[in-house]
Amino acid sequence: MRPLKIVVLIKQVPDTRHVGPDAMKPDGTVNRGKLDTVFNPDDLHALELALNLKDRIPETEVTVMTMGPRRAADIIRDSLYRGADNGIMISDKRFGGADTLATSYTLVKAIEKLPSYDIIMGGRQAIDGDTAQVGPQCAEKLGIPQITYVEEVLSITNDGVIAKRRLSKGVETVSSPIPCLMTVHGASPACRSKEAKRVMKYKYARTNSEIRRNDEFIIALHSKRPYLTIPEWGVEDIGADESKIGLSGSPTKVKSVESVVLTASEAKVLSESDTDIEGMIKELIEHHTIG
Amino acid sequence: MKSIFVYCEVENQKVADISQELLSTGKKLAVKLGCQLEAMVFGSQLDKIENQVSPFGVDKIYIADNKSLEPYRTLPHASLTTHLLKKEDPQIVLFGATSVGRDLAPRIASALNCGLTADTTILDIGNHFVKKEKKEYQNLLYAIRPAFGGSIMANIINWDQHPQMATVREGVMKKEVFDNNYKSEIVEVDVNSIVDEKDFVVKIIERHIEESDVNLKEAPIIVAGGYGVGSKENFELLEELAELLGGEVGGSRAAVDAGFIDHDRQIGQTGTTVRPKLYIAAGISGAIQHTAGMQDASMIISINNDPEAPINSLADYVIQGDLEVVIPKMIKFYKANAK
Repeated sequence: MRPLKIVVLIKQVPDTRHVGPDAMKPDGTVNRGKLDTVFNPDDLHALELALNLKDRIPETEVTVMTMGPRRAADIIRDSLYRGADNGIMISDKRFGGADTLATSYTLVKAIEKLPSYDIIMGGRQAIDGDTAQVGPQCAEKLGIPQITYVEEVLSITNDGVIAKRRLSKGVETVSSPIPCLMTVHGASPACRSKEAKRVMKYKYARTNSEIRRNDEFIIALHSKRPYLTIPEWGVEDIGADESKIGLSGSPTKVKSVESVVLTASEAKVLSESDTDIEGMIKELIEHHTIG
Repeated sequence: MKSIFVYCEVENQKVADISQELLSTGKKLAVKLGCQLEAMVFGSQLDKIENQVSPFGVDKIYIADNKSLEPYRTLPHASLTTHLLKKEDPQIVLFGATSVGRDLAPRIASALNCGLTADTTILDIGNHFVKKEKKEYQNLLYAIRPAFGGSIMANIINWDQHPQMATVREGVMKKEVFDNNYKSEIVEVDVNSIVDEKDFVVKIIERHIEESDVNLKEAPIIVAGGYGVGSKENFELLEELAELLGGEVGGSRAAVDAGFIDHDRQIGQTGTTVRPKLYIAAGISGAIQHTAGMQDASMIISINNDPEAPINSLADYVIQGDLEVVIPKMIKFYKANAK
């Protein structure tokens, strides 16, 4: 098998799995400042699958790509520590407010700038929106087949890839030619840990906009070791049409948000005594709730 | 007025539950708008399939019947759907938020360059004033969905790039027959003229669909456990109670993650949404992630050591105590009092 070029689409997301009571402002909007950001969990599974293919096929190159604000470079460094070869940051104020359609357009413009690719990967969905849309939308725009919900790659040859898909009610094994796009299910193996050696190598990896102008140490280091500079692409770099990106390229708009208030009703509070529990059971039977 | 389209999932000559739910909801929206409801059914050996679709009040059914269309594969179904939607130009298109719908709908949205709202739980029709254009858009689709782990409900609209599309979560909307004698116009779709050879490059090698005997959605009574149940062994207590009451056992995400109970019994935002007559929550604190999937239960009993557990605010009965004590007593007194 010839070496592959794999692109893994990754996203930094607010940690919605640990939403505390202060995560919502009184007006019902999300208090993003109170939410930690994390590497989207399914995307870590996608990275592992890509690194696993790299283990299987020597010389394979894994590039991670993310669209997001400047601080999202954290997950590119994280990926480099775990074994990715390169990272690309797509960042520009004008990309902000994008829905999945505008996001997939932007990512595809960036992917098309790469010299070549064989497999595009991404997590099945991101925990901030749970939409699972960007993968299939990128596949459509690139004109390549998609294999969603991948749990395992059973074989990969010059003829194509054979992968196992995890469906809500079962599993399915499919074959697809390359190039193709895969979205990776959380049931696949968890991502390998950071390697100490790689952390040492990449800990000063930065995008240009992260480097302060007077930080001579970093500037000197980057000119000596160019691999530390994470490429950062804006609207012009990828040749994006401004009407198709960010808020203006997003057909879906949020009309309103409402915070979910747990409705307070008068509950009967009981103890674990025989009297209380028998009383309740009798009431339930009487009201034909159970019977 | 432009129509509402529903993509129906069909396998082994049966229209999926989710699709029947979509048709029922689609009909309500169509009545509100005064427009037609149309369905797309793509599969194999679909003779008389309209009998399962028409009663929901469907005016027109597009049927593509071809061996190559079942089981579902992305590309041929995407080509057919895209072709029909471009040609018929509906105002609203609905898909199930299932393994199939979530694979297909975004591909279509990209091809049509339109918006798609994922995992909606409420659909409605309403207006929206766009300040920038000083214009009131009327009769838009309100696609309402939980977001941010279920802590907010967001109303998503789309006024300028039609059609308006949404995927709808399974088991949330009610199946309702509109008229058993409803007559639909049937349109046979010429598959070979639309689907290209290249649409078949992905091949299915093997397929195992479990006809799962877990049916949380239909269960009238659910006994659910959380992390607080403590062990797999304690879950057997819940199973005993559920069986006795004629219900099913479910679990919170934390209980599933801890390995106390199988994944297919998970209730909540990332599991199944349920609305039973009675929901017994044992050792469940009631994170929004969980309550989003069960808060519509008619009656809720919470068994918890923690009087401050958030789920108690939803409950009709709060039993403050140890579930290892409470559940055996419930079993005992049910046996003693049931007729």
